[in-house]
Amino acid sequence: MKKVRVIKADYLARVEGEGAMFVKIQDGRVEDVKLKIFEPPRFFEALLQGRKFTEAPDITARICGICPVAYQMSAVHAMEQICGVSLEEPLRELRRLLYCGEWIESHTLHIYMLHAPDFLGYESAIHMAADHAPVVKRGLALKKTGNAIVNLLGGREIHPINVRVGGFYKIPSKQEFQKLGEDLKRARDMAVETARWASTLTFPQFERDYLYVALSHPQEYPFNEGRLISNQGLDLHINQYESRFEEVHVEHSTALHSVFDGDAHYFVGPLARFNLCYDQLSALAKETAEDIGFQPNCGNPFKSILARAIETVYACDEAIRIIENFTPPSAPFVPCQPKAGVGHGCTEAPRGILYHRYTLREDGLIENAKIVPPTSQNQATIEKDLRHFVAQIIDEPDEKIQWQCEQAIRNYDPCISCSTHFLNLEIDRK
Amino acid sequence: MKKPTLAVWKFASCDGCQLSILDCEDELLAIAGAIDIANFPEASREVKSGPYDISLVEGSITTAHDRERIQEVRKQSKFLIAIGACAISGGIQALKNFAEVDDFINAVYANPQYISTLSDATAIEDHVKVDFSLRGCPVDKGQLLVLIGSLLQGRLPAFSTESVCVSCKRKGNICVMVTQGQACLGPVTNEGCYALCPSYDRACFGCFGPKTMPNTSALADYCAKHQQRSSPDLTRLFRTFNAASPEFKSESLRHEKS
Repeated sequence: MKKVRVIKADYLARVEGEGAMFVKIQDGRVEDVKLKIFEPPRFFEALLQGRKFTEAPDITARICGICPVAYQMSAVHAMEQICGVSLEEPLRELRRLLYCGEWIESHTLHIYMLHAPDFLGYESAIHMAADHAPVVKRGLALKKTGNAIVNLLGGREIHPINVRVGGFYKIPSKQEFQKLGEDLKRARDMAVETARWASTLTFPQFERDYLYVALSHPQEYPFNEGRLISNQGLDLHINQYESRFEEVHVEHSTALHSVFDGDAHYFVGPLARFNLCYDQLSALAKETAEDIGFQPNCGNPFKSILARAIETVYACDEAIRIIENFTPPSAPFVPCQPKAGVGHGCTEAPRGILYHRYTLREDGLIENAKIVPPTSQNQATIEKDLRHFVAQIIDEPDEKIQWQCEQAIRNYDPCISCSTHFLNLEIDRK
Repeated sequence: MKKPTLAVWKFASCDGCQLSILDCEDELLAIAGAIDIANFPEASREVKSGPYDISLVEGSITTAHDRERIQEVRKQSKFLIAIGACAISGGIQALKNFAEVDDFINAVYANPQYISTLSDATAIEDHVKVDFSLRGCPVDKGQLLVLIGSLLQGRLPAFSTESVCVSCKRKGNICVMVTQGQACLGPVTNEGCYALCPSYDRACFGCFGPKTMPNTSALADYCAKHQQRSSPDLTRLFRTFNAASPEFKSESLRHEKS
């Protein structure tokens, strides 16, 4: 007689958006794994058609309440490419500062509130706070500082209002930035403590050979600019993204899956960036990574939490650097005149590369838009991880498999609302 | 005394409004001390069964499945609170209400047959009784805390129904419409953001939705006459994050047809 086990989570918790997991085990072998996304489709590419190019940053921000800055950054860079505009250094630096705020906020949310509870066996950070109050409070304080950056420079934490094509609407004063700089120094200490604390967690023994993809910039750890590189020799201008990366639509998901060169799965996000761009991290971030014994060429996705922690140290460091060197730009923005053409934007969202492509008409109206969020790029890799990981823990009871699979999914901090286009886990054991 | 139970529900949305709860960094643990967070999947794996004293509902109804689910949420909820523009008026995805839905599906998905969606994105109130609405795209964290505090006292809060203009004047901002010729929705938009955009030298774009009895046509006519805004410009002006609210919808249709 065939023995079938189905392990599933109908509604994945501690991820942003609506997804489920489905694992089917037949006669002790993993038969099928699906990361289902049932987030209702919201059709952003379609509703951008006929809108003005200046509206793209505000509209696309609404794809995701957790990483709106990423959407705004990819959108404005694509539009500026069409307009033929490049920003003076102070404006460019302020955009990096805004991204630092989002990385700190989003990474800390994920480390403390979404992922750490898995490692320590708690249902949530709130449950965890009963035994680890100082840890959770440190997380909240660190997260708050990230939010304070976005709040000051963006106007508010969620769906910032101060970003525009060409720069910003208004530049805060030097005094306001300086006050933030003081908070950031405390936050940087907390970020280092976070990395040390995260390194004491127990990591499942699980490694795979991944194709990592990230932006790379000769002088900087990547936020807004760079070429697309991989650990297998890719070196591509972002405008050529679609010549190598393709989205395919699968039945069990309202998110489109992305593949590289026809069928290869790949890995984007903090671990990819850490592995590929380690040299560009700040001295303190590298020193902290060395201290905790976390080094590039890491193939254990559960250690993404360490990559997030190191990137949080970096983002605090970088934000302090930008604030200390702050010189007010000559104007809050560079005027941009639209013209007919195609523009590409690819920036490093907290979860990985976020690609936008727009075609504009001469009058500045959007003719068509394409948006590829990080989660849909990681989705195929997540499913493959689950397939291998379940095989490794197959003798465990269903409840334990389910929780550990959830933890494996959360390695990628999937942002399902982001998967613009649609996640649900079930385990089916035969 | 038993703590009141809280559930947080998501429909079509960006997660930003429920993230506002986790963004209450200074208050989160106190909230968790006063309320039993019984069902909040974004924050916890633990799901306690209903009924719930307070349900916060984010997002709009865009699928047949969600149309059924909201009925179940209502049955399980003593107080049902709509949080954010999606829940209150359909949100940005309600732009599809103005277009042919098949065109939208084809624009995003290569295999449209896998997608099930309703032709319109609709507000929660179009389906079930809503006990209170918390405005904004996203909601304001301060107002969210006042709401939770009020509910704990057994009452509902009373937020300002003034326009953004009123708080803008109180802040002493210089009017971006009069002095810079920007098309500002401040006169017809409910306050709640403390005139955030004009404080950053940009025009209000209506995150908090129409105020009570807004004079949208006078505003549109002003922008047409004094700023030479075209009909398509005026259509887009009213057609953003609260596009399907009755007041903004009728104004945008007036210009689309003209």
